Amino acid sequence: MLQRGASSATAHAGLAMSLKRRWRFREKAIESFIFLNGLLAVIILLGVLFLLLREGLPAFAYTSPLKFFFGTQWYPVSEPPTFGMLSFFAATLWVTLISTAVAVPIGVGCAAYLAEVAPSRVRETVKPVVELLAGIPSVVMGFIGLMLLSPLVQSAFNLNTGLSGLTAAIMLSMMSLPIIVSVSEDALRAVPNEFREASYALGATKWETIRHVCIPGALSGITAAIMLGVGRAIGETMTVLMVAGGALAVPLSPTEPMMPMTAAIASGIGNAVRGGLQYQALFAIGLILFLMTLSVNLIADRVLERQKQKFAR
Amino acid sequence: MAVQAITKKELTQRTAFSLLVLATAIVAIPVLFIIIYIVVNGAGAISWEFLTQPPSQAGKAGGIFPAIVGTFYLMLGTLIFSLPVGVFAGIYLTEYARDNWLTRLINMAILNLAGVPSIVYGLFGLGLFVLTMKFGMSLLSASLTLACQALAMTITTSREAIIAVPRDYREGSLAVGATKWQTIRHVVMPQALPGIITGAILAMSRAAGETAPILVVGAAFIVAGLPSSPFDQFMALPYHLYTTAAHVPGMPKTTIWGIALVLLVVVLSFNSLAVFIRVRVRQRRFGS
Repeated sequence: MLQRGASSATAHAGLAMSLKRRWRFREKAIESFIFLNGLLAVIILLGVLFLLLREGLPAFAYTSPLKFFFGTQWYPVSEPPTFGMLSFFAATLWVTLISTAVAVPIGVGCAAYLAEVAPSRVRETVKPVVELLAGIPSVVMGFIGLMLLSPLVQSAFNLNTGLSGLTAAIMLSMMSLPIIVSVSEDALRAVPNEFREASYALGATKWETIRHVCIPGALSGITAAIMLGVGRAIGETMTVLMVAGGALAVPLSPTEPMMPMTAAIASGIGNAVRGGLQYQALFAIGLILFLMTLSVNLIADRVLERQKQKFAR
Repeated sequence: MAVQAITKKELTQRTAFSLLVLATAIVAIPVLFIIIYIVVNGAGAISWEFLTQPPSQAGKAGGIFPAIVGTFYLMLGTLIFSLPVGVFAGIYLTEYARDNWLTRLINMAILNLAGVPSIVYGLFGLGLFVLTMKFGMSLLSASLTLACQALAMTITTSREAIIAVPRDYREGSLAVGATKWQTIRHVVMPQALPGIITGAILAMSRAAGETAPILVVGAAFIVAGLPSSPFDQFMALPYHLYTTAAHVPGMPKTTIWGIALVLLVVVLSFNSLAVFIRVRVRQRRFGS
């Protein structure tokens, strides 16, 4: 009995071996194919960087990086053309700072309410609404800013035009709310319940617990949420293109019309001669923009990682 | 004294909580207001002609049919180019990748890919697909550009869906002698499919609303006829909305609101479909 089993096994051994080899080859081939796909995210990210460098760096041969960054004159078609992007950078700064200042207290407050206070019925209603907001395309938000918000801003601040950095910043703050709310809420939920219970046991009220236990405990997560919101605001294009006003001067006040970096690229690239000086200069702005958002996101990632480790068990 | 202290605490708490409720209201109410406002103002423009006719008189009359078709082509193109790659990448990260520096690098790249500004994707698409690969200003260039942008999302959602498949399923399959790939193909994938579909739909909805990249790589305001090949220029809803709202003087307001409404309906219906599938799957997996 035993012997028969053994002999049949040897009879099939050859076939089994070849089948196994074929399978192993197939598995290896599939594995390398899948590995290549896995690598694609890295390849594309490096590809973006490479392309921006290839098309953008030549701009610095014409204008020195210092002059490019700190110059205030952007006249791409005059003779000779001048490329100084300070006004675009200042506009991006204004719009990002204001939108963050508006969005952070509201977003974190909303997250604290949803995570700590709201009855589950309210939570289940509000969360889909926040998701809905994340789904509205930026061009629609720009259109709303154009039609509804800019007349309001114009009359409230008595301006010549309602298309200003402030208008763009308000729309942007709305658009960065979903990510701030959801990441902050997750961070608050990650604070272990024992912390809250210990706080209650010491006689703290629910609000005192939120303020002195939950929010400090979730602080790195909330910081990451803010960074992600900032990254969103820096990179947002359509809304600022439509409502920020598009003026070329260095903006000294947020109520002036201005042109953030994204808008400068979007409005200039259509007329730029491929491979020409203006084309290269716009890619150079794109390169700076890419590096700005990359560093903001890397910081957010680092901070979020720390938050995860904090309560990891 | 003690009583007073408690009431003071109570008062602080009440004030604080009302502020939190206020913050939540500031988040939620404008969203609903915007959506309702668009529906109310845009509904007047919607007619059979508006949805099925090409534009005439520089967009001021006629319909937006080519823009709707263009947007659907873009959604399809984005899906074709980003979904398979995203799924395979998700499989790699969950089933094959070891916890080493390379995996960390890939994860970091995915995270940062999601944060690259859309206009930078536009520049990338212009430099790579339009000029270097010579696909021209076309549907193909735009689809590839949007697919690069959607990649972070398709990878992340595929990865989440695959991770959610219980370990026992894999072990059971491996125990009866299936190879790793057979296990993935016949056991893990069917289980992860709804989650992957959810991600695909979300990526399509995102592609439908994206404007800045296609502005750079091939959308046109008015194109005669529908695109007949991937190398044609095309109209798209978000670009049509942008141009009519910002660049066409004397454009009838109702028409612009109508375009915004159609775009919003396309994007949000795909979004809700994704949410619906997600909820259904969760109910089936954990019981309702």
